[in-house]
Parts: sequence; structure tokens; C-alpha cells
Amino acid sequence: MQPRPPQSRSESAFDDYKLPLLRDAAVAEANRCLFCHDAPCIKACPTAIDIPQFIRKIATGNVRGSAATIFDANILGMGCARVCPVEVLCVGACVYNELEQPPIEIGKLQRYATDIAYDQGWRFGEAGPPTGKRVALVGSGPASLAAAHELRRLGHACTIFERRAVVGGLNSTGVAPYKMRADRAVAEAEWVLAIGGIEVRTGMEVGRDLTIRELEGGFDAVFVGSGLGADSRLGVAGEDLAGVHGAVAWIEAMKLGRVDVSSVRRAAVIGGGNTAIDAVREVLGLGVPHVEMIYRGTRERMSGYAHEWAAALSEGAHAEWEAVVTALEGDRCVERVRCVRVDAQRRPVAGSAFTVAADLVILAIGQSRLGELLGALDGIVVEGGLIRTDAAGFTGRPKWFAGGDCTNGGKEVVNAAAEGKRAARAIDAAISGKGHAHG
Amino acid sequence: MADPRPDLSTSTAGIRSPNPFWLASAPPANSGAQIQRAFEAGWGGAVWKTLGVPIQNVSGRFGGHAIRGVRGAGFNNIELITDRSLEVNLREIAETKRLFPHNPIIVSLMVETEEEWREIVGKSIDAGADGLELNFGCPHGMCERGMGSAVGQEPRINERITSWAVKYSTVPVLVKLTPNVSDIVPHGLAAKRGGAHGVSLINTIKSIISVDIDRFVPEPRVAGLSTNGGYCGSAVKPIALHMVAALAREKDFGLPISGIGGVSNWRDAVEFILLGASTVQVCTEVMLRGYGVVEDMVDGLEEYMRTHGFSTIDQMVGKAVGSFREWGDLDLNHETVARIDAGSCIGCQLCVAACHDGAHQCIHPQESTRVPRVDETECVGCNLCQIVCPVPGCITMEEVDNGFPPATWNQFLHEGRELRPKKGAH
Repeated sequence: MQPRPPQSRSESAFDDYKLPLLRDAAVAEANRCLFCHDAPCIKACPTAIDIPQFIRKIATGNVRGSAATIFDANILGMGCARVCPVEVLCVGACVYNELEQPPIEIGKLQRYATDIAYDQGWRFGEAGPPTGKRVALVGSGPASLAAAHELRRLGHACTIFERRAVVGGLNSTGVAPYKMRADRAVAEAEWVLAIGGIEVRTGMEVGRDLTIRELEGGFDAVFVGSGLGADSRLGVAGEDLAGVHGAVAWIEAMKLGRVDVSSVRRAAVIGGGNTAIDAVREVLGLGVPHVEMIYRGTRERMSGYAHEWAAALSEGAHAEWEAVVTALEGDRCVERVRCVRVDAQRRPVAGSAFTVAADLVILAIGQSRLGELLGALDGIVVEGGLIRTDAAGFTGRPKWFAGGDCTNGGKEVVNAAAEGKRAARAIDAAISGKGHAHG
Repeated sequence: MADPRPDLSTSTAGIRSPNPFWLASAPPANSGAQIQRAFEAGWGGAVWKTLGVPIQNVSGRFGGHAIRGVRGAGFNNIELITDRSLEVNLREIAETKRLFPHNPIIVSLMVETEEEWREIVGKSIDAGADGLELNFGCPHGMCERGMGSAVGQEPRINERITSWAVKYSTVPVLVKLTPNVSDIVPHGLAAKRGGAHGVSLINTIKSIISVDIDRFVPEPRVAGLSTNGGYCGSAVKPIALHMVAALAREKDFGLPISGIGGVSNWRDAVEFILLGASTVQVCTEVMLRGYGVVEDMVDGLEEYMRTHGFSTIDQMVGKAVGSFREWGDLDLNHETVARIDAGSCIGCQLCVAACHDGAHQCIHPQESTRVPRVDETECVGCNLCQIVCPVPGCITMEEVDNGFPPATWNQFLHEGRELRPKKGAH
């Protein structure tokens, strides 16, 4: 059993914002599915789950078959059902949108089938006959878990090196708790690991606890799914004041431990991506009465999803658009954010300085990239901190493969799951001497 | 000036009713209190649940058939005729007639000997029955005792028992026919020879509604066992429509018809009426949703009549019978092809799968768009794509002028008319 997140966690204050479907509602919704030919929803899913087929199986009461269809394509289907931005993926592609009718609730149906699978203790995918090959995986997030599971189906032994004490990567430390809490993410990792033959070594950081050479020497292949690094900094005065946090660090603290916002009256979140919106909704959900998002661009140009921002607005969020932070001010603790308006070219507008009162400031302006660690290795190209790979996840240096945020710069869990699985197939081809060898 | 309000009153075999919607002889018409509530809700008439020697019923009486998550799309029962004493039923009939003098009560009857028929016919009429309905249809339990469908399946017995009831009756007699026969016409004619004033059909269809696949026993279960029941509900409507129409177009028949079988709304009722029924009887929809469903039945029928220019039910009765023909009288040279409206197509491609796997492989996906293409040189005009298309009006079946004058199979056989070349037959 993997180490559990502590019992007392701030994230426990959150319930699922999207409620699960009860059986009758699931069957009714499943029966609404048209079972499209060459279905657009499948094409919109990075893991290409056969969505019409798993939905049809719910409609007929074949829930085990439904779960098998989901997990065969995406072993992280339980978590993805909760955390996927279905509005821009499968649900967004549903043909009912064209008919201006409510699209099928694919995420909720997937959750229905996969939750039952977990409750019933069903398992899918068996370890293949042992090949004697050993693969190391760096990080235990979705990319590595998906890769390891697929490698086990192909018979290769796996060892996962995770620098934290808790497995799951961002699924455990970063997912908004109203989508999935850390204990569920750890349970998912355990469920995946139950295929057997995957050694998990927590507290092991590459470059600190073991060297790159040890990895390369000790294994037949290495998959790097190490994600992104620490929160980026603004580079303005006052960033070290108490009450100023990086978003990823703050969210991890909230999910795996406790953050105290009881005295916070006003909070500001700097940024306009999905992590920024998550932080806004989380701070609001923990009871902070006023939360302001400060973004340098317009609402239309923010990278955060429109449906997420709409949800944040409905929960009471505020925003300052086209505002750049020039300083964080306060006496020991942060008290206000000094800003200036910018124009479309992000040039400051003269005389537009203003301040936003805030006794909690969360910086969600991106994360550093860890690629430098590998950049020293011949054959591996690191660009802008991201590891470059081919479409199958091969880095160009024999034995080395990569996927997930460390290659794509920070996409969805489902992208990491797809990239991990794809890389596993490429690793298999390389170390088994099948196809064109990358080993 | 607004159109005058259509007149929904109607009659079957002289039994006058304020509207064509009657409760069928069944659980919703089991007691006076129920029927009085039904009349208050707007039902035109009621066929009282079959009187006879009161029976003992089982626990576990009904079963439902779900289709794509819709429960009760089909339904069956193994309940028998009334289990209440004749005296109580007769008293309540009289009371209900007194309270609702303008709503016809038709009393359903099922007994064995001529003497029993004489007695129960007389008592029912004394209680105020506006008509009688002879239950020759019940396909479970009663038939094992020589009644119900055991009578309805034997034209000579049907005729004889009908003649007894007619002999002793001073009110119109309807014979309720069983669908558990290969051809309904001889049975309708037998009722006519017996002197019946009209018929009602269909009774329920012998059925096993489902099997409990965990316990290995059909439904409904009675102490671990089951038996066949009578199938009804929306799913049986196509069978009922055919049998109603078969009698309606039979030249030697000509009796009034009360239509039964899956009538769930005004639209179903219109279909029955157009195929020859002058009233319709409803049970399952009331069992599933209550008497209140009649409000929409009445409203909907009235609106239909108004928008279609009918001022009386009589004008509608049988309006579609003349267009119901033998296959050999259909025009083989009439040609249609499917057209897909690209503007309203949502790209689900259900038509592609249906045509490729279930029809004639003439609707194809295209590279540049999700809108499929119909190969009109191969399309046989089968309608399948139109049936599966979820967008109203997106797929239409368009008539093609192929230059061939009409030619039916019979005309081809007997007059040598020329047929167009076959499509899709390779």
C-alpha cells in the first residue's frame, strides 16, 4: 500500500462540484447517446476511448464491459472522468452541440462506470509474460503510471522513482479538490500499480538521490515523466513578503496538508491560466470572501478555459483584466498588489497605476522547466526547458523516452496518460527488438 | 371568425359517449370509486372490469418491458377478471350511472352457460349498463377454464355465446376479440353472425414479458414460478392497428369498432380512428401514469380535428382504410431516394452505419465534411436512414421521376405492365 495523504487536509473542505449520476440517471443519459458512426467524441479524446461503446454498455447494464472499454484505452479513466476538461474535449465534440441540444454527459457516465469498477474491485489488464527487461520511470504522475501499466502488460519490469513521499504526481498534488481529492488520486495510483511488478521508490529524486548515469546503466530504458518544476516568480519587489505563494506550492500544501486562510479577507491570484482559475475557486471555496484574479491580457485571450472562468464567476470571483503587477507591498505581510494597466501590446498605460488590497497573493504565472537536468546528455534536445521527443516519445538518445508535462509544457492529465502509454509501446518496440529500434 | 369547436362526441354501436376515450376493462376500471374519478378527470366512458364468478388472484401480477431505458414500453399481466362480488359491482355500477348519467358504462362479462349469461346480462342492464362487452379474449387463466380466449379462438363457440348474450340483452353488445389467432377476420365475422352490434379489439397478446436471468424464472414471479400473461402497452399498437384495419376493410363485416391496444395519447387514438375505430379504449397508459393522461388526449384530439378540418369524429372514422391495400397493389415504379440536408446535418453518421450495415451501402462518409453523401444511383429508397436520423427533417425521401408509368405486381402479372429496372439488386 502506498503512503496516504494525511487525514487532516484543507482540501477535505471540498465536495465534488459535479455530482455523480445515480443508476437510473446514468441509464437514461446513456440511452440518449446516438452511438455515432466514426464518432467525433472518440477523436476528441487524447486516449481515444471508444465512448459510444462504453456508453451503450451502461445503457444495457453491462457496467463491467463498459469499464473494460474505458480502461483498455486509458488505465487512468477513473481520474480522467473527474478531471478532464470534457467541455473542450469529448463533450465539446458531441454532435448534440450541433443540434443545439445538451451534449451527452460523457465525463459523468465514465465516472459512473469507473467508480463502480473501483467499488467492485474489478481489475483490467494483466501483466504479460516476463521479458527480463527493466524500465525505470522518473516521476509517478499520470504519464509514468500509464507508461508503467502498459509496460507491465507487455511483460517488462518497472521501477518508478518519485521524489515525493506520495505517489500520483500532479493528480495527487495539483488537481482541484472539487474534481478529485488527493486520497482518490493515491487510490487510483494503487489501483494501477496492482497489476504487479512495478516497484515504487518514493523519496528518490534524480540528481540528488541517484544519478542519470545510474539510471542509464541500470535499466534497459528510462521514461521521464517528471512534470514541471517550481512556480515561476514575477521578479518584482515584495515577492518574499509573508502571504505570497506560488500557486503550485500553495495548492500542494492545501491538498496534502493545511493552509490557514481564516484571517484572509481579500486574496489576489496573479495569472490567467487554468491553475490561476483553480486557485481562485479554491480560495473562494475555503471561505475567503473576496478573490481577485489579476491578468495581463483580456478575458478573451486568457489560456484558462471559458467554462472554468464562468464557474469561478458564478462562485463570486472578481478580475482585473489587462493589469500587470509592478510590486507587492506590505509591512512584513503582503497588504496590496500594485498594478498598472497595459494596452493590447502589453505596454503600460501612463497614469493608470492602481492597487488591489490583498492579504493573500498567489502567483500562477507558470512553472519552471526541469529539462536542463537531461540537457547535458548527448542526443537529448531541451528546448525552452522542455524535453524534445518524436511523436512516440523517443528523445533521440538510446534508451531515453519522455512524456507528459515535461515534454508538452503542461497539458491535461489525459494527454499525459496518452503520451505515457504511447511511449510504453515505443519502449517495448525498442527493447524487444520489434520495429525500428530506439534502444 | 374562429373555427367552431369540433364535436368530440361519438358512438360505437349506438353507445353514445362525450368523447372517444374509454377506460378498457382492466384494473383502472375495477370499481365505482375509480371510474367516478376517471369520469371527473375527463374520460368519456368506461368498460367495467369483467364480471363473472369472482376469482382469486395471485401476488405478482404485472411485468414491464423496458426499451432503451423507457420503462413500461410494453406491459403484461396475469391478473384475471373481477375478484369482487357481483352484488358490490352491480351496486357501484348503478351508483356511478346515477352520478354520471352522460358517461357510458359498458359492462364486460365472462361466464360459461347460457343460463349464467342470461342472468348476468339481465342484472348488468338492470344496474344501468349502456352496453355489454363479451370478454372472449383473456389469454391467461380464464381460457384454461374454457372461457376468455378459448371462446374467442373458436368462431362457432364465439358465435353461439354471442347469440345468447344478444338474445337476452336490450342494450348494444360488443364482442371483445383476442389477437391470439392467425387471422382476425373469421372471428369478427363469427361475432357478427352471432348478432353482435360491434366489436372491440385487441385483447392482450399471449406473452412472456421477460425472464429473471439471475433466478432463471420468467416474470412476473409467483412463488418461484411464472405463467404466460397478456401483452399490452405501447409496443402492441402496430399489431392492434393491423387487426382493426383488417376488419374495417372487410366488405362482409361492417360493424362498429372500439379500438384497443397501446393507445397512449391522442395521436395513437387518431390512428385507430383513421383505421376504422369510433372509440378507443385505454388501460396501460393509465396504469403507468394515472387518469390525468386523458386531458392531453382530449386537447390533442380537439386540436388535431381543428387543424385538419374535422368537425365530428364520424368524419374521421376509417379515413385511412381505403389506402390500406395488399402488397400486390403497390406501385413498383414509384421511386424515391434519400436526400440529406447539409445545413441541418449534425454529422452523427448514424445513416452511414445503418445504410452500410443494415441496408444497401449507398450512404458514404466524405473526406472534407462530416455530412455523408447519398449515392442516388444505388439508393433504393428504403427509409432506414430517415428513421435513424436524429434531426427532424434532415433526411427526406424525395420522389424521382423515372419516366415509368405506375405498375403494380398484379398489373405486371395480369396486364404485362413494364417494371422499372431494379436498384441495388446486385
